[in-house]
Amino acid sequence: MPTISEKILAEKSGKKRVEPGEIIEARVDYVMLNDVTGLPAFEVFEKFQTEPLKNRVVLIPDHYVPNKDIASAKQAKAMREFVRKYKIKNYFEVGRGGICHQLMIEEGFVAPGRLIVGADSHTCSYGALGSFATGIGSTEAAAVMATGKLWFKVPETQKFIVEGKLNRYVMGKDIILHIIGDIGVSGSLYKTMEFYGSVISKLSLSDRITIANMAIEAGGKAGIIPPDGKVFDYLKGRVRGDYREVYSDPDAIYSEKFEYNAEEIVPTVAKPPLPENTAPASELGNIEIDQAYLGSCTNGRIEDLRIAAEILKGKKIHEDVRMIVVPASKRIFEQAVEEGLIKIFMDADAYVSGPTCGACLGGYMGVLAKGEVCISSTNRNFIGRMGHKDSRVYLANPAVVAASAIKGRITDPNEL
Amino acid sequence: MNCDRCKKMKIQKKIRGRVWKFGDDVDTDQIIPAQYLVTGDPKELGEHAFENVRPGFARKVRKGDVIVAGKNFGCGSSREHAPRALIGTGISCVIAKSFARIFYRNSINIGLPVVECDVEAEDGDEVEVDFEKGIVEVNGKRYSFPSLPSFLLNLINSGGLVSYVKKQLKK
Ligand code: SF4
Repeated sequence: MPTISEKILAEKSGKKRVEPGEIIEARVDYVMLNDVTGLPAFEVFEKFQTEPLKNRVVLIPDHYVPNKDIASAKQAKAMREFVRKYKIKNYFEVGRGGICHQLMIEEGFVAPGRLIVGADSHTCSYGALGSFATGIGSTEAAAVMATGKLWFKVPETQKFIVEGKLNRYVMGKDIILHIIGDIGVSGSLYKTMEFYGSVISKLSLSDRITIANMAIEAGGKAGIIPPDGKVFDYLKGRVRGDYREVYSDPDAIYSEKFEYNAEEIVPTVAKPPLPENTAPASELGNIEIDQAYLGSCTNGRIEDLRIAAEILKGKKIHEDVRMIVVPASKRIFEQAVEEGLIKIFMDADAYVSGPTCGACLGGYMGVLAKGEVCISSTNRNFIGRMGHKDSRVYLANPAVVAASAIKGRITDPNEL
Repeated sequence: MNCDRCKKMKIQKKIRGRVWKFGDDVDTDQIIPAQYLVTGDPKELGEHAFENVRPGFARKVRKGDVIVAGKNFGCGSSREHAPRALIGTGISCVIAKSFARIFYRNSINIGLPVVECDVEAEDGDEVEVDFEKGIVEVNGKRYSFPSLPSFLLNLINSGGLVSYVKKQLKK
């Protein structure tokens, strides 16, 4: 009667069963680091005086690349030097890669039943394909590069069921914002969120990734969706190595169960400064915006660009607004060019950039000034997240971002 | 990690310090804003700790001071820069009603003592933490907290994750 998390952690620690609360040491399939968390990890790693487990290490610069300044250039260089020194193959240089989580999935590192850690909190995204994946720190990542193992506390699991029919312009983003609005930013602290229901089954893989991505925004350790045909099809010709899917037993024990009716979920916005401050987009129509941001590991996939382009087609962005569009990976960018989406964005006067985390974490390329307001398809609206401490970030789905960009104020696309 | 304070992993048996009071859901962007994530050095990071939400914190904090906070302390990013920044400021311990899990792990792994305990205190109060007995004392009130699971105690006492891994590699 174990859950998905318990089954994966048991298998990877060589045990028959593990119980929530138990601390185990488990064998990790992949460890991912980015340019921010990389450098401290490499420094720690050198103390071990050993070779890294090359095939299990994935290094992806994305936060401050292309380098924003000399300090970030140094960080990115440290990663490159580590790659050369230890001949690491799984490295994705600027121009060949993209945002780390999207790439981990696109490149076939992620698959059902795997245990993956990443020195980045949104590593939980990979649960959308049935992995147990969670964020760790740099020192831990160094330890995994050296030993392939790490300690874990086995989490309890919560069950979320979403049934019914989705309203127009409601996406994975709205479902997860709705849930976080209900349970709060610590509603899943230390726990795995498992998602079920006819609505989840019908969602595209892209929308599922958005949901798993934001599990951490409820304090979750992992966000897992049982894998199905959509996942298996996606993995064909893409996945590296074998995998075996894992499901919770029908009598698995959950710490809590939550049920939602999709008809009650509307295009939703999270007001600053926490993802739990949710409200219907239609109720925030008086909030004027300075910037609209479409991108990130949460909502920078082709499906996200398509829906935004559909809304922006033939229209112009409001004269007081700048819109920034950042496809999450090179592949997505290419596909968006082929499908004519980039032309639509540019015709509407949006600024389009190659993949980078940049604006999402207030790093560069879209930083907000004092008092400015941004509607953003990202996952965090903390104080100062995208710039000045007195700037404000409203989180929303790509359709809301596009509609708001046109109107110059927060807009439910159903209003257009 | 090139700082002596980080190397000193062992939790002292007892600490005393002044309280800095914080509320619920203190996120890692508040602890160390992203624009400073271009260094891993605790001292440099510490200079910008809480810059947006408690201007002047880095200047006023004294070595040995203690943070007392509400639920979900350290939520958000996995940046180890957050506990590193606190170590850099000289903070000796964080007491919170609950912690976000990556922050909690990072703190243990780099040797910043974290205590899960719901404590009432105000800025400037004197607090004492007895790790052996599992007791926090402030304003004449005593609060007990469960000791860490033995695996984690061993980890800390063997000198943190780095020493632990070194030993494993030798095996
Ligand atoms: S896009 Fe934003 S949330 Fe995603 S990895 Fe980059 S900085 Fe983090």
